[in-house]
Amino acid sequence: MRNTLTICGKEVKSYFNSPIAYLLLTMVAVLFGYFLFIYTQFFVVNGMRSQMQGQSQPMNVNEMAIVPALNTAAVIILFLIPMISMRLFAEENRQGTMELLLTSPVRDWEIVLGKWMGSMVMYSALLAVSMLGVALLFNYGTPDWRPLAAAYLGMLLQGGCLLAIGTFISTTTKNQIVAAGATFAVCLLLWVLDSVSQFQQAAWAKGIAYLSVLSHLEPFLRGVIDSKDVIFYLTMIFLGLFLTTRSLESLRWRS
Amino acid sequence: MIKVEGLSKRYARNLAVDNISFEVGKGEIVGFLGPNGAGKTTTMRILTCFMPPSSGKASVAGFDTLEQPMEVKRRIGYLPETPPLYPDMAVREYLEFVGKLKGLPAKDISRRVDEVMDRCAVADMRSRLIGKLSKGYRQRVGLAQAILHNPEVLILDEPTSGLDPKQISETRELISSLAGDHTIILSTHILSEIEHSCDKVIIISRGKVVATDTVKNLNSRMKGAESVVVEVGAPVGVETGQIKQLFEQMAGVSRVVLRDSAEGRHSFEIEGLRDASVRGEVARAVVHAGWDLTELRPQGFSLEDIFLELTASEKKSAGGVTVQ
Repeated sequence: MRNTLTICGKEVKSYFNSPIAYLLLTMVAVLFGYFLFIYTQFFVVNGMRSQMQGQSQPMNVNEMAIVPALNTAAVIILFLIPMISMRLFAEENRQGTMELLLTSPVRDWEIVLGKWMGSMVMYSALLAVSMLGVALLFNYGTPDWRPLAAAYLGMLLQGGCLLAIGTFISTTTKNQIVAAGATFAVCLLLWVLDSVSQFQQAAWAKGIAYLSVLSHLEPFLRGVIDSKDVIFYLTMIFLGLFLTTRSLESLRWRS
Repeated sequence: MIKVEGLSKRYARNLAVDNISFEVGKGEIVGFLGPNGAGKTTTMRILTCFMPPSSGKASVAGFDTLEQPMEVKRRIGYLPETPPLYPDMAVREYLEFVGKLKGLPAKDISRRVDEVMDRCAVADMRSRLIGKLSKGYRQRVGLAQAILHNPEVLILDEPTSGLDPKQISETRELISSLAGDHTIILSTHILSEIEHSCDKVIIISRGKVVATDTVKNLNSRMKGAESVVVEVGAPVGVETGQIKQLFEQMAGVSRVVLRDSAEGRHSFEIEGLRDASVRGEVARAVVHAGWDLTELRPQGFSLEDIFLELTASEKKSAGGVTVQ
């Protein structure tokens, strides 16, 4: 565990020692802030309109502003995941520091887990920035925090799953751009897989749709924590990290 | 301390290391000499558990590299050809990270890092980013990284490459000062380096060990004792062993090595004792036995010679490839 934490710490430091962390944080702050502003504005305008029309139907800030904003955040994050995971192993491969890691008394899975945890810390920092915007809403209204917590849990799990896949892809190349491109392609594919079920009801279509990371995120965003979704994400994380470890092993045989 | 038996490594198309065996005793400094691409780095990578061998066995301090890699890794300090450095870390930060990675107890890390920074003369750059260091400093930070956890075995892949002459001599001194309590394998294609720092030389070329000897022996061969190459043309039916035996029984001969044997031509390398000339004796013996003496030439036997011979043959074969 000590080794894992050592590597995790090193990863976190190297994110924040390079411009990448600040770039990502800024992107989330600006883009998420923008969308949150739009949706909140929409909510406020609608609220005023319904008051002026005299029909004061209950309006929910969670449903009308936060959930749509978080939905958008999930899309933004899809674009950012490859930028977080691309360097994990590709950079070590290119710098030759892989030789240091693989000849130190550290197990392959400890390296993999450490790196993934490092990327999760970076990712959590992005979620934290988006939380700042949401936190402001508490100042002016009374949103329900429980569905929000569920949504963030879902985004954390989804991020973990995509990062695990990105970590795996990063082991296969020395080139960070290639790693990022491939990761983005795979993430996007996993994202849109569920649309197949809109046209097909056959078992295979349902099977494919089940693999869609998006369909498992939606319940979380609505505030529902379903164990089957949690298990789906945990399985995907485990699978991704398992493949990464195997890939690292095969790197020894290939190089 | 280090034992290598029948080690081979095959990459997709070519055989990088071809059935090599050698042993290194505790506290010895062994030089790996060979042209670029001879298989030095591959052998070192196998010893450090970076990659598994295709066949054969390697063990360090009694631990097999395949079966107990963790034990082996704990006992090895490794400086790869390109020092494994993170350009975005400061020197001290990097060494502390390596210390943790190598499993040094947390309370010892700071002290140990200070020690090796002094020893490798990088203390004045402790808070500089590695990416901003000169090649010489980087190489020395790499060396500091290798000796940080005070390993029993040091494996250094071209430790002096990229250094200026002053730094080279400093690094050599450093390596010599590490001898005794550390077993060291260092690879190089620079001959003088071997003569300076090593007890023993293993010369490899195209994946094979072509010579193993102590530097002392090689030097005495080079200076004093006469060494001759003899080629004997013998009729079919004469065994190589028979000829070899004849030479071995002669007075003044210390060693006979079969170099080559094909189609009735047998080539030997004969070493005489110090101050004894064996050339005439050898010629007479061959003629007396009724064989043909097809070649007899004195051999100036130096590291340089072996090395040049190796590189020359390598160039020839490389040239052949380009012609095709």
